Amino acid sequence: MNATMEAPTTCTYETRACATPYRDSSGYIHSVETCGTVDGPGLRYILFLHGCPLRCQYCHNPDAQGKPAGELTSAEDAFADVKKYKSFIRNGGLTISGGEPLMQPAFVQAMFQMAKDEGIHTALDTSGFVGHKASDELLELTDLVLLDIKSFSPMTYKFATGVCVDQTLKFAKRLDAMNKKVWIRFVLVPGLTDAESNIDGLAEFVSTLGNVERVEILPFHKMGEDKYAKSGIPYNLKNTPTPTTAQVETAKAIFARHGVEAVA
Amino acid sequence: MPTATNTTAQAQENAATQANAWRTFENGDWQDKIDVRDFIQKNYVPYEGDYAFLKGPTAKTNQLWDELKVLLAQELDAGGVLDADTKVVGTVASHGAGYINKDLETVVGVQTDAPLKRAMLPYGGYRIAQKALQAHGRDMDPTTLEIFQKHRKTHNDGVFACYTDEIRKARSAGIVTGLPDGYGRGRIIGDYRRVALYGVDRLIADKLKQIKDSNNDAFSEDWMREREETQDQIKALKDLKTMAAAYGIDISLPAQNGKEAVQWTYFGYLGAVKDQNGAAMSFGRTATFFDVYFERDFAEGTLNEEQAQEIIDHLVMKMRIVRFIRTTDYDELFSGDPTWVTESIGGMGEDGRSLVTKSSFRVLQTLYNLGPAPEPNLTVLWAQELPQGFKDFCAKVSIETSSIQYENDDLMRKYWGDDYGIACCVSAMRIGKQMQFFGARANLAKAMLYAINGGKDEKSGVQVAPESDPFTGDYLEFDDLMARFDSMMEWVAETYVKALNIIHYMHDKYSPENIMMALHDKVVMRTMACGIAGLSVSADALSAVKHAKVKVIRNAEGLAVDYEVIGDYPAYGNNDDRVDALATDLVERFMDKVRKQPMYRNAIPTQSVLTITSNVVYGKKTGSTPDGRKAGEPFAPGANPMHGRDKKGAIASMASVAKLPYEHSQDGISYTFSIVPKALGKTQPDQVANLGNILDGYFGEEGHHINVNVFEKETLLDAMEHPEKYPQLTVRVSGYAVNFIKLTKEQQMDVITRTFHEII
Repeated sequence: MNATMEAPTTCTYETRACATPYRDSSGYIHSVETCGTVDGPGLRYILFLHGCPLRCQYCHNPDAQGKPAGELTSAEDAFADVKKYKSFIRNGGLTISGGEPLMQPAFVQAMFQMAKDEGIHTALDTSGFVGHKASDELLELTDLVLLDIKSFSPMTYKFATGVCVDQTLKFAKRLDAMNKKVWIRFVLVPGLTDAESNIDGLAEFVSTLGNVERVEILPFHKMGEDKYAKSGIPYNLKNTPTPTTAQVETAKAIFARHGVEAVA
Repeated sequence: MPTATNTTAQAQENAATQANAWRTFENGDWQDKIDVRDFIQKNYVPYEGDYAFLKGPTAKTNQLWDELKVLLAQELDAGGVLDADTKVVGTVASHGAGYINKDLETVVGVQTDAPLKRAMLPYGGYRIAQKALQAHGRDMDPTTLEIFQKHRKTHNDGVFACYTDEIRKARSAGIVTGLPDGYGRGRIIGDYRRVALYGVDRLIADKLKQIKDSNNDAFSEDWMREREETQDQIKALKDLKTMAAAYGIDISLPAQNGKEAVQWTYFGYLGAVKDQNGAAMSFGRTATFFDVYFERDFAEGTLNEEQAQEIIDHLVMKMRIVRFIRTTDYDELFSGDPTWVTESIGGMGEDGRSLVTKSSFRVLQTLYNLGPAPEPNLTVLWAQELPQGFKDFCAKVSIETSSIQYENDDLMRKYWGDDYGIACCVSAMRIGKQMQFFGARANLAKAMLYAINGGKDEKSGVQVAPESDPFTGDYLEFDDLMARFDSMMEWVAETYVKALNIIHYMHDKYSPENIMMALHDKVVMRTMACGIAGLSVSADALSAVKHAKVKVIRNAEGLAVDYEVIGDYPAYGNNDDRVDALATDLVERFMDKVRKQPMYRNAIPTQSVLTITSNVVYGKKTGSTPDGRKAGEPFAPGANPMHGRDKKGAIASMASVAKLPYEHSQDGISYTFSIVPKALGKTQPDQVANLGNILDGYFGEEGHHINVNVFEKETLLDAMEHPEKYPQLTVRVSGYAVNFIKLTKEQQMDVITRTFHEII
């Protein structure tokens, strides 16, 4: 698995022209969660795609890292499965997450096109690192972007994820310019991302954006730990505690300083 | 001797009392004949608002509940039974009055002469009654024992006189289990509301007229049986008056106000639970009926919201202390001391109006005022068109108490109209118009193993089913297995239904539910409620054989005792038609085999996919199965997928269950859903909305029943270690709620390891 990984220190990601999406485009699917309630509004079908250029230390799907791989599923088939849940997700929708879904932009676009044709709400859960791969057409089909800004401090971002923060911030500004609805998400990891300056910088940045509907602080949890053991990837956060309520409240207060209400 | 004038005067006074009881009510057919539904339809006012009007407990409620909690703790300390009568045979009027604290009780009446003192009910079988007493350190009074040994035959004696050798073998091998052949069958709901609306005298007059009207009918055994039964019912109604009189209350005539309506109705129910130790003794569908009286009291200025809530709280306290004494075997099968005092709430009327009233909210509010509890078994009849305020309140109560189950009213209304209630867990029946012959269940997974082993039991090697050629190859083949399984199911259905026919004939004969049937119409629809266990195991086994390879492993005697699954197979619970269709087919296939059997008393055959907690015991009694499940491991409860095999999340899992056809399982299809609060959403409004969406979605897909548990796994683990910290921790298991700390360790582990839907 490690052999196929991208070098984790890449700061820019090679831009490739996005192939025109079509219904019979195919994608590498990691897994499905049919009872999604925390990745976008309402009850949602969450499609986790395989492949991610980041190496977040706290990643809960480490087996989805690297180049997209596995078995190809056609968008048509993947969407047929989504449609089975129409009556459940009518007040929610479809979220495509990962991995990093924008590693497979054509597939995402095809899925969202079909979802919009069926009147299903669409959300894209992304780190923004390869945001440039999302065409304007794809973003047109996206009702909501869940933008994970994993840190603001460039050093912390790099240390936590293995890549640089610039692309993400650029993508955030692009979404703002388009006035695309966004939820900002930030994973609070004690000792890793909880430095005051880091959170303060992020809060200040978020306060400059006009398109943010919600800011979510995601307290670090260890439920992905056994996946590391199973896949043999070293897990650096074994001794990291989950944040206390007080730590979460502190983070909220830092956001509040910049007039940003964050929920946890 | 009353003179003619006196009698006339009395009749005039009674008529005036009745007219006063019915003052301001909308007139209708209900006045001329016994028809509670018509009364409700003509008089109730739907409530469309939210829960803001509800009130907390009164001081009296708190005090009474505190006193009761002391008794409940003592009961737990005493090993589960606080006290039991060992001499007096329990009947409707066997005991005088009993109180928790007379000065505090708004609703009175307990099963014996003291709360939590269990009645002795030997008509189902004196040996079982004796064993139950012995299991709790007591013995039956020798004189009473002698009566039943020498002079009075019981249900159990009758059944065992008629059982065939094959039935006995099937029973002890556990291919059929839980048969009500030594305890009360239950699952009958008297229309207890009739006592309040009409008063007992009117009900007696109605029964007398039934007898008189049949005087000139031609003789038949049915004719004679009905006449005798009706006479017994009249006697039971008279006993009910005697029982109420012990509490200083005359229930001859209709109730005059809300408090009386609740008390009268409860007395009807109390008569039933004093007389019968039925496995499930359900209450019916009463909230909206009570609401009519409460609304009238409000309008007349004689009642306020606190008082209305107090009446309901006190009623529910009584429902929480219904008790029967049981044997050790029984407790293992149905653990947690359940009584299934099921109350059905909500639903829609046939005219499109919601049947939700403020009293529907009040019943749910008891879970806050008294804290969560397994009984009464609160069952919300969910419909897409229910008022949003009620849906949201239900979801909130579920999230905070895990004490509600939901059933699909849109689905059931088509079959049973809009005045049905749920008996036990999932069995719908028109109140006062329908009853069932409870049939426990047959073990389909074991039937499959018998099919492979030529009718021999995989654990004991005993030839239980008639001898046939065993499968002798190395790898199971789908078509061959299906053919064998099909013919084994034929034998199971035949043996099983024969046992049920014997059981219910004898139950009617030796332990009839006189008071409950007195609160029914003359013409009653009867269902023969069969059931199946091991559906997901069987469907997965067929899928494994079809889509992977399954190698048979035999012991020295050549008996297939284990299976090796090579490769992956689609498992039930992932919304995958390749296997879900196999499960659906099994339900219909077994039902069709049941349909072919002759039925006692022209009962209409039905079945359920429900295990209660017996999925653990069934698993224990069943060897390894071709799906990869090892010998002794529990089955999934009810219609649930096997735990750990549903890989696509809770909605995919329930979508698979929703495919099972209600048409072929009209006694109900049970699904248990457990989720951690965080996995329902981040904020409480999100959680409420999402649970509502889940229920709308599941029932929109024609799912029938769902238990909703919302709590952290850690809470349960802690409760296993420190039960004293969690006296009221309620979990819902396959159709009913139990007090978690009253489950056996094995069942507690089963609840914990069963699919907990967490999102990471």
